[in-house]
Amino acid sequence: MDLKDKNKGIKLEYEVIKEDFGRAGEASSGIKKVLRQLGIDSGIIRRVAIATYEAEINIVIHSEGGKIIVHIKPDKIEITAKDYGPGIKDIDLAMQKGFSTASHKVRELGFGAGMGLPNMKRSSDEFFIESEVDKGTTVKMIINL
Amino acid sequence: MLIKDIKNLLDAKFLSGEEYSDREVCGAFGCDLMSDVLAFVEDKILLLTGLTNPQVIRTAEMLDINAIVFVRGKIPPEEVIEMAREMEIALLATNHTLYTSCGILYGSGLKGISIGGI
Repeated sequence: MDLKDKNKGIKLEYEVIKEDFGRAGEASSGIKKVLRQLGIDSGIIRRVAIATYEAEINIVIHSEGGKIIVHIKPDKIEITAKDYGPGIKDIDLAMQKGFSTASHKVRELGFGAGMGLPNMKRSSDEFFIESEVDKGTTVKMIINL
Repeated sequence: MLIKDIKNLLDAKFLSGEEYSDREVCGAFGCDLMSDVLAFVEDKILLLTGLTNPQVIRTAEMLDINAIVFVRGKIPPEEVIEMAREMEIALLATNHTLYTSCGILYGSGLKGISIGGI
């Protein structure tokens, strides 16, 4: 975890390792603790928690690994979830509730309901996703304070 | 409904968090799909599930769920119980099935959550 204190906010950065189900959620848990310490409203914390946790699980389940970056500014919280591949072929399809490419093993863990990206979009005030096959996916979410 | 009442109604036992017996929950959600829990749960809800992996505790942590009942006689591994202990989440276990557990609690007045205005 990297914690930088900038003039206009705090930046948190976490590496997320592919298929590391034991540690999945640690980044989101750490982020939640920091927000609580900062006295941020609990409703906002819940939305950030859902957004970061779903993003973190997506990186663990679907990607070659990646990182979660949270930038806490005076008026908003910016969350960036970036992975190193394999990219999403059809973003519209991926955004559909219930659509999932999760493996059988992942579904046995309780994931793969196909609600991850929709949950992330619902939790944020602004939501951006871009992806390139064989390169990776970046999701950026903004939650206003 | 208080957690100690839930324990009695479900013939359950505490795996951790017995000290939180007097905590109140205002509704319940029975589910094994963690993303559905993240999609629909909002308040101080009791989660009933048959899943016993660490991600159940993480999901509960994200949503401030402070009590979980494991159904069908399932007992999570010690590392999961320890995780819940650290996060001050009460864990209970019952031999009743998910359906029966939900029915017992619902029949005793513990409401479910509303989805789509229902």
